[in-house]
Amino acid sequence: MHPIFRNTSSMTAYLALWIVLAGLLAALMRVPGDLDWSKALSVSVPMCLVYAFVCLTPWYLCRAFPLGSPRIARLLINQLGAAILACALWIGLARLLAFAMDLGPGLNRAVPQLVVVGFLFYLMSVALHYALLAVEASREAALQTRDAELRALKSQINPHFLFNCLNSISALTSTDPVRARDMCVRLSDFLRNTLGLGERESISWREELDLARTYLEVEQIRFGSRLNVEMKMDDACAECQVPPLVLQPLIENAIKHGIATMVEGGTVRLEGHVENGNLAIRVENSFDPEAPSPRRHGLGLRNVRNRLATRFGDTARLSLAAADNRYSAEMVFPCHRANPQISK
Amino acid sequence: MKLRAITVDDEDLARQILREYLEKTGDVEIVAECANGFEAVKAVGEHRPDLLFLDIQMPKLDGFEVLELIDPPVAVIFVTAYDQYALKAFDAAAVDYLLKPFSSERLGKAVERARALLSEPHPRALQAAELAAAARPPGQALERVVVKDGTKVHIIPIAKLDYVEAQDDYIALHSEKKSYLKQQTISSIEEQLDSARFARVHRSYIVNLERIARIEPYTKDSRVAVLQDGTQLAVSRSGYARLKELLGENV
Repeated sequence: MHPIFRNTSSMTAYLALWIVLAGLLAALMRVPGDLDWSKALSVSVPMCLVYAFVCLTPWYLCRAFPLGSPRIARLLINQLGAAILACALWIGLARLLAFAMDLGPGLNRAVPQLVVVGFLFYLMSVALHYALLAVEASREAALQTRDAELRALKSQINPHFLFNCLNSISALTSTDPVRARDMCVRLSDFLRNTLGLGERESISWREELDLARTYLEVEQIRFGSRLNVEMKMDDACAECQVPPLVLQPLIENAIKHGIATMVEGGTVRLEGHVENGNLAIRVENSFDPEAPSPRRHGLGLRNVRNRLATRFGDTARLSLAAADNRYSAEMVFPCHRANPQISK
Repeated sequence: MKLRAITVDDEDLARQILREYLEKTGDVEIVAECANGFEAVKAVGEHRPDLLFLDIQMPKLDGFEVLELIDPPVAVIFVTAYDQYALKAFDAAAVDYLLKPFSSERLGKAVERARALLSEPHPRALQAAELAAAARPPGQALERVVVKDGTKVHIIPIAKLDYVEAQDDYIALHSEKKSYLKQQTISSIEEQLDSARFARVHRSYIVNLERIARIEPYTKDSRVAVLQDGTQLAVSRSGYARLKELLGENV
């Protein structure tokens, strides 16, 4: 169905435009046809209202013959044929109306003008439809890109992390089987949650934090005493709804570009509170300022920023700061609590 | 004969499994275990091992940088979790590479390969510096240069590098009024440096574009680049053409 039928206001505006055109058409027919205003309008208004719908038909033709297709000759023949047909219909209608209203032969003298106007209206409509289709296509493309990015991010499990974990498990099986099993369980929990949560539109901060906790526990087995974790989380944060895995890239960065660059290791500090209806989360870690900036630097952060912007617009922000050997990332966005009826 | 090996990995557990496997094979002796790149460079200098098990992502110096800084010929086996850029290069240049987690049989094969290679009269694949150059992901400009000065390791961030001067088989890296010698050819470092920030202005010089104060005519056919600190570097005709391309006509 033509997109204009999707909402009444655009349909009304479109028909109003044609009423205006009907007025202009009446003025055009009045002189050669020797008609008075009321007679000219009584012909032009129904003509234009019918033609308004005829001029929506190029939508189907334009979709069938997109611009830039190799069959340019067929495109031209089809569009021109349709224009001639539409124009013939419109002239036929005019004569029918004139006959029904008994206007006499006066209208016949206005036929050349009507042909030109009908033809032009139709071609203009074709051009507008091509423009409309182009706009729709680009909007669709942008939407698809964003969806793809989101999907990629949500299901992204850092392979480096995964294989290093498996290696740690492999090392522990002979020396400390209990810890090996423990790590297996935690790693499985993390993977399962990552896969499951990523599919949801939004999750509670509690769930997001649990995931980060599991991740950090796994990393603590891997890094041993090099990774120290501190957490200071306000209870009020727990039920805020957040985009799934929005914290995860910040935590992964803190490990990968922070703790992993330090010979002696360091601390990841996680703080959160609710203030003026906003959830404020801060991830702070030690890092080596001399370490080379990593290859894929910024991809995770850019994704977080994009997702916050998509969800919360200007009301969200992500700020980063490095001072001495401390790096901190802070995100602030509105805390929407789930509506209990909907969350069922 | 037992092979003497050094293992380098920042994770305890990763070193632990190497130790366990190598003890089991019985014909490799671990002479040192290192948790970061600095330790590795030092240990290789002290112990002169036959075999080096080397992780890539580590604090301070990464695996590639370690390779650049060690000079005795050594058989290198990379041990890494996942590195989509480097794997191809390993194939060409390293003795072998192990992907974590690996089995003890796989490790045994790598050791056998190394042993076979070490028994050749002139082992081809043992030049660490060449290996380092081959293993670097292509198309990625260097962000810092590492140099060894006796037992000390210097890290020169690219932004602080003023110019590079060729000296036979060595290059002199000039940074903050000091100069550091490194065994590398000027052409090979030219390839590694970001060509938008550094230009080869002469057979013997690569200069940081940001340091150039002005270009002056020298003889009829040649020019000199005057750096901000007053240093004068010869600029060849093709070097001048390159500079014009990078900096615009008004140099």
